[in-house]
Amino acid sequence: MTGLQDRLSTAQVEEFGRELDALRQRIVDDLGEEDVEYIRKIIKTQRALEVTGRGLLFAGFLPPAWLAGVAALSAAKILDNMEIGHNVMHGQYDWTRIPELSSQRFEWDTVAPSENWRHSHNYIHHTYTNIVDKDRDVGYGILRMDPAQKWHPYYLGNPVYATLLAVLFQWGVMLHDLEVDRVVKGERTWAENVPVLRRIVRKAGRQVGKDYLLFPLLTGPLAPLTLLGNASANLVRNLWAFSIIFCGHFPADVESFTEEETENESRGQWYLRQILGSANITGGPLFHLLSGNLSHQIEHHLFPDLPARRYPQIAGEVREICERYGLPYNTGPLHRQLWSVAKKIVRLALPSRGTAATVEPERQLRAA
Amino acid sequence: MTALLPRRVRGLVSLAEALLTPHGADRYLELVDPMLVRREIRGRVTAVRHQTPDTVTFAVRPSRAWTGFQAGQYVRLQVEIDGVRRTRCYSPCVAQGTGDLEFTVKADPNGLVSRHLQNIEAGAVVGLSPADGEFTLPAPRPGRILLLSGGSGITPVLSMARTLVAEGHPGEIVFLHYSNTPADALYRTELAQLAARHPGLKIVHAHTHARRGGDLHGLFSAAHLEQAAPWFREAETYLCGPAPLTAAVRALFAREGLSAQLHTEEFTAAPLTFDTAAAEGTVRFARSGRERANTGKPLLDQAEEAGLSPEHGCRMGICFSCTQLKTAGRVRNARTGEVSGEENEEIQLCVSVPVGDVEIDA
Repeated sequence: MTGLQDRLSTAQVEEFGRELDALRQRIVDDLGEEDVEYIRKIIKTQRALEVTGRGLLFAGFLPPAWLAGVAALSAAKILDNMEIGHNVMHGQYDWTRIPELSSQRFEWDTVAPSENWRHSHNYIHHTYTNIVDKDRDVGYGILRMDPAQKWHPYYLGNPVYATLLAVLFQWGVMLHDLEVDRVVKGERTWAENVPVLRRIVRKAGRQVGKDYLLFPLLTGPLAPLTLLGNASANLVRNLWAFSIIFCGHFPADVESFTEEETENESRGQWYLRQILGSANITGGPLFHLLSGNLSHQIEHHLFPDLPARRYPQIAGEVREICERYGLPYNTGPLHRQLWSVAKKIVRLALPSRGTAATVEPERQLRAA
Repeated sequence: MTALLPRRVRGLVSLAEALLTPHGADRYLELVDPMLVRREIRGRVTAVRHQTPDTVTFAVRPSRAWTGFQAGQYVRLQVEIDGVRRTRCYSPCVAQGTGDLEFTVKADPNGLVSRHLQNIEAGAVVGLSPADGEFTLPAPRPGRILLLSGGSGITPVLSMARTLVAEGHPGEIVFLHYSNTPADALYRTELAQLAARHPGLKIVHAHTHARRGGDLHGLFSAAHLEQAAPWFREAETYLCGPAPLTAAVRALFAREGLSAQLHTEEFTAAPLTFDTAAAEGTVRFARSGRERANTGKPLLDQAEEAGLSPEHGCRMGICFSCTQLKTAGRVRNARTGEVSGEENEEIQLCVSVPVGDVEIDA
């Protein structure tokens, strides 16, 4: 694998950065009413699906109504978390100065509190993308997703942990912010976790309260069916979100980096790392919408604060720039990217051979 | 039974909020009708007219969260222009206690919002804040009151006049209003009707750019004041108008030693005269009370140098961890070079450089 900084000369990487800056500026200058109308339309759709889904579950004794209710509620939760929540909380609509679209005020329909998530995702993951030991989204502290992560017998359970994470994804995202693995290693104290934990308890309480207590109780004798329906909607959203997110950084050929090679990065070098460390998923407009346009993970990582509806518009241009600079542009259909991720999860459950072995001692030396 | 009702309603409201978490009931109600929101204040425009070619007068019916205002106060009115929510302060010009508000806005040739509002239509919904401002009449009301305004500065002062008339103020009131020409005089008919209803109110029209058609002509002067309200030394004066008028009145009152009896309201921002690249002005962190001279560095660095430790992340403008509310002043975005002077705007401290005086809620 070519090293991060060997791909382009200093002059090239600066020129490359300027091109991407110019592309970003062109979109920023073009932002306006259309973008606001778009997200408002999605929000309206999401709220309508949610109300419809909740309503249908009141007739949950009819199997078609129950199924339709779960489908509507699942779609509502997916839209809420992906195209609306994730993107609004990235600050993609902060320029509108509309409080409902403010990254600092938005709260999403999952047990993970927005404030905790914004720190681990917007800051840690998006700043230190794919830098092993810095980007906590490389394996989320529980999986081995990169050969540079040192193998341990614990990782024999990699496929099991991944399956559990997929099923319980919202809880995984919630616990991720506690950085328990770092607490165990003594790199983080429980005292630091007090505010994080307080937010978790409050948010999770509210979410569990509505999905597993209040709405079931309101449907009276149908309570078990409603509870099952709500749990199913949460499960569908969990599986979907997990799939999309794991295809963003873990398919084969997506690169990871070391802290040394990313020290004192220029913006051009940072852009370069985002491209090498991300992968897209191909699909139609509805698929892109349901993925929150994270199917354009490369464009998202280059410009996390541009409204996501702009990613498909600029994807062709980004790809052309990549080709011109001889850079890979990792993309493929969902099934292929998922299969690639699944293979990696299984392969990395076992100790690595070859390259990783040479990386390890060096990594341990640094840690010492 | 009636005593139980509010509690039951409150119970229902909190149940609805618990069911509609995390977005809250307003985010669903507004999709049915934007005026149904319970926590925010909004207003629906019910009537629009143009008193002069460069002004618009519109009536606004506020939503249920509106709690009223005192004559002379202003509200922050919000409209969306090309997807961006813009906020400006305007004073309602109806008497306090009136249900529907009325605003009159003069188009500023460089004013984004004031020009946009010229085309506002009945049925439009605007955002409103609770009323704010210290420019109000004291209780009990002074016996002699001089109301002094220029141009569209008439609005808070007109609200005072209407309020005093509605209250049946027993003393003397003079309303001295400056406009360029008789054709530019706002609320001419309404003021005449008001004076006809209330003998204690005298209306004096002064025109700065016309030699006839008014009661007085030319710029504000001591002579004008002596003619309009010879008792001004024994009165409380309420003034709202363009900067030159305000300056002239202030100077005269200062010379007379009457500054304590002069109450003013100003809406026009200081003109942008400084070099945006030069580090000028003071940076104030309101919550901590720290203040320091602007060094021209991004606000995050300046906050840290001032001993604060605001939440932050990437330091490169991508993660939005350091977003804070800018309550006053202008900042330049270090990435795009764009200068923004919006009041109460959320900005990223790590890429925002102060341009002149800036206040941050940190």
